[in-house]
Amino acid sequence: MDSLLISLGLDVLTLEPPGWGGVLLTGFVNSVYIAVGAYVLGMVIGIGGACGKLWGGLVTRDLLEVYTTVVRAVPELVLILILYYAGTDGINRLLALGGYGPVDINGLVAGIVVLGFVLGAYLTEVIRGAIKAVPPGEIEAGRAYGMGPLMIFRRIIFPAMLPHALPGLGNYWLTTTKDTALLAVVGFTELTLATRQAAGSTKHYMTFFLAAGAIYLALSIVSGVVIKLIEQRFRRGMTGHA
Amino acid sequence: MSETATTPSAVAPVARRLKWFMPHRVALIVIFAAIILFAATTMRWDWLPQYAGQLAVGVWRTLLLLFSSAIVGMIFAIPLGLAQVTGPRPLGWLAAGFCGIIRGTPLLLQLWLLYYGLGSILAANPEFRKEYPELFYYIRQAWPYGFLALTISFAAYEGEVMRGAFKGVPRGELEAAKAYGMSRWTMFRRIWLPRAIHRALPTLTGDTVLQLKSTPLVATITVVDAYGVISKVRQATYLTYEPLLLLALIYMILTGILVVAFRYLENMVPSKR
Repeated sequence: MDSLLISLGLDVLTLEPPGWGGVLLTGFVNSVYIAVGAYVLGMVIGIGGACGKLWGGLVTRDLLEVYTTVVRAVPELVLILILYYAGTDGINRLLALGGYGPVDINGLVAGIVVLGFVLGAYLTEVIRGAIKAVPPGEIEAGRAYGMGPLMIFRRIIFPAMLPHALPGLGNYWLTTTKDTALLAVVGFTELTLATRQAAGSTKHYMTFFLAAGAIYLALSIVSGVVIKLIEQRFRRGMTGHA
Repeated sequence: MSETATTPSAVAPVARRLKWFMPHRVALIVIFAAIILFAATTMRWDWLPQYAGQLAVGVWRTLLLLFSSAIVGMIFAIPLGLAQVTGPRPLGWLAAGFCGIIRGTPLLLQLWLLYYGLGSILAANPEFRKEYPELFYYIRQAWPYGFLALTISFAAYEGEVMRGAFKGVPRGELEAAKAYGMSRWTMFRRIWLPRAIHRALPTLTGDTVLQLKSTPLVATITVVDAYGVISKVRQATYLTYEPLLLLALIYMILTGILVVAFRYLENMVPSKR
C-alpha cells in the first residue's frame, strides 16, 4: 500500500508517519463508529417515538410532536452545539450535586448521543409512516390469534413495516455518515477534522481533501450496494413495483 | 409505550384536527410558557440590543445565501435531471456521476476543499492575480466559496429529484403535445417542465428547508451569517446557551415561514389529489 502511494507521488498519504494516511484512517474509523452508534440509538428512539406517536397517551403524543418538529426545523450544526455543551455541562452539574468532581465526557460517546438524538426525530417519522402502511387487518388477525401486543409488534408489525421503512432508513444511514463530519466543528477528530489537520500541517490541501472525499464516497457506494441487497431481501414476495 | 398494550387497532390513521384547548394541551402550553418566561427572566439577554443590528444583517446574509444558491442550483438541476432522462448516454453518465459524487460526500468537506484547497491554489498564483485583478478581489473573500459549495450541493440533490420528476410525467401527456404539433422545445417549455416541477414541489419544499439548515456551515469558513454573528457573541460574552437558543429560535421561525410559503405555492396549482 505504502509503496504504491509513494510510486504515485502521494508520499503524504502513507500510513506510517511522516505520512498522514494513518491519521486519516483513524479518523475514518471514528466516523464509522459514530455513524453506527448514532444509527442504533436513532433506531431505538425512532421505534419508541413512532409507537408513542401512534399509540401513546395524549401528552406523550404532543411531546413527541414537539421533539420531531423542533429537531427537524433547527440546523444539525446548531443542535449539535447546544446538545454537546448542554449535555456535558448538565452531567457535570449532576455530578457536582452528588459531590463528585467534573469528568471529561468522551467525545465519541457525546457524538453518538447527539447525532442519535437528532436522527431519532427523523427516523420516528419514517417508522411511523411505515407502520401506518401495515394493513390493520393483519394486526387484527394477530389479535384474533390471541397474540399479546409485544408479540404482535415483533411478529407482525415489525416485519410488515420493514419494506416500507427501508428506503427511508437507507437514506438516513447515508445522511448520518455525512453528518458525522459536523462533529469536526465541536473539535472531535473524525475524518473531516483529521483531514483538515493533515492538510494544514502539510499544506497539501487538495490532496488530503480529495482523499477524504474518496473515502466518504467509497463508504456511501458500499452502503448503497448493501442497502439495495437488504431491500431486495425484505421485498421478496411483495408484488408490484418498488 | 404502556398504552401499546390496549389499543393496537388504533393504527388506522386518525386525522385529528388540532384542538388547542384540550385540558392536557392547555397544561403543556402553560408549562412551555413558564419555561420560556423563566429563560427570558433568569438568563442573560443584555447583549441583545448591542448585537441586534449585526444579527439582522446575519439573518439577511443567511437568506441571501439560501435563495441565491437555491435559484442558481435549480437552474443547473434542470439540465442535470434532463440529461439523465433523455440526453445522450455519455452526458447522462456524466450528470449521474456528478450527482453521485456530490451526494456521496459531506457538504462540510466540499466547502473546505473549495475554500482551503482551491482558495489557496488561486490565492498563491501570482499570474492569476495579475491577469484578473477584479476576480482576484472575490477570490480573497470567503462568501464566493460558500455560495459555490451550496449551489453545487443543491444542484446535485435537485438534479436527482428532477430526474425522477421528468421521468414521472405521464407519456400520454407528452404524446398529446406531439400530436398537437408542438416542437420539442415548446413541448418541454409548456408541458414537460411545468408538470415535472409541479410533481417535484413537495420534495423541493423539504430540500429548501434542508438547504437553509446547511447554510450555517459557511460560518466555518469565516462568512458572517446568522450563525457567524452568534459565534461572535459567544466569544465576546462567554455565554454558552443564550445565543444558541436564540439562534435555534431564529431558524425555527425561518423554517416555518418557508414551509408556509411553499404550501401556498403548491396550492396555487390545482391538482386532483
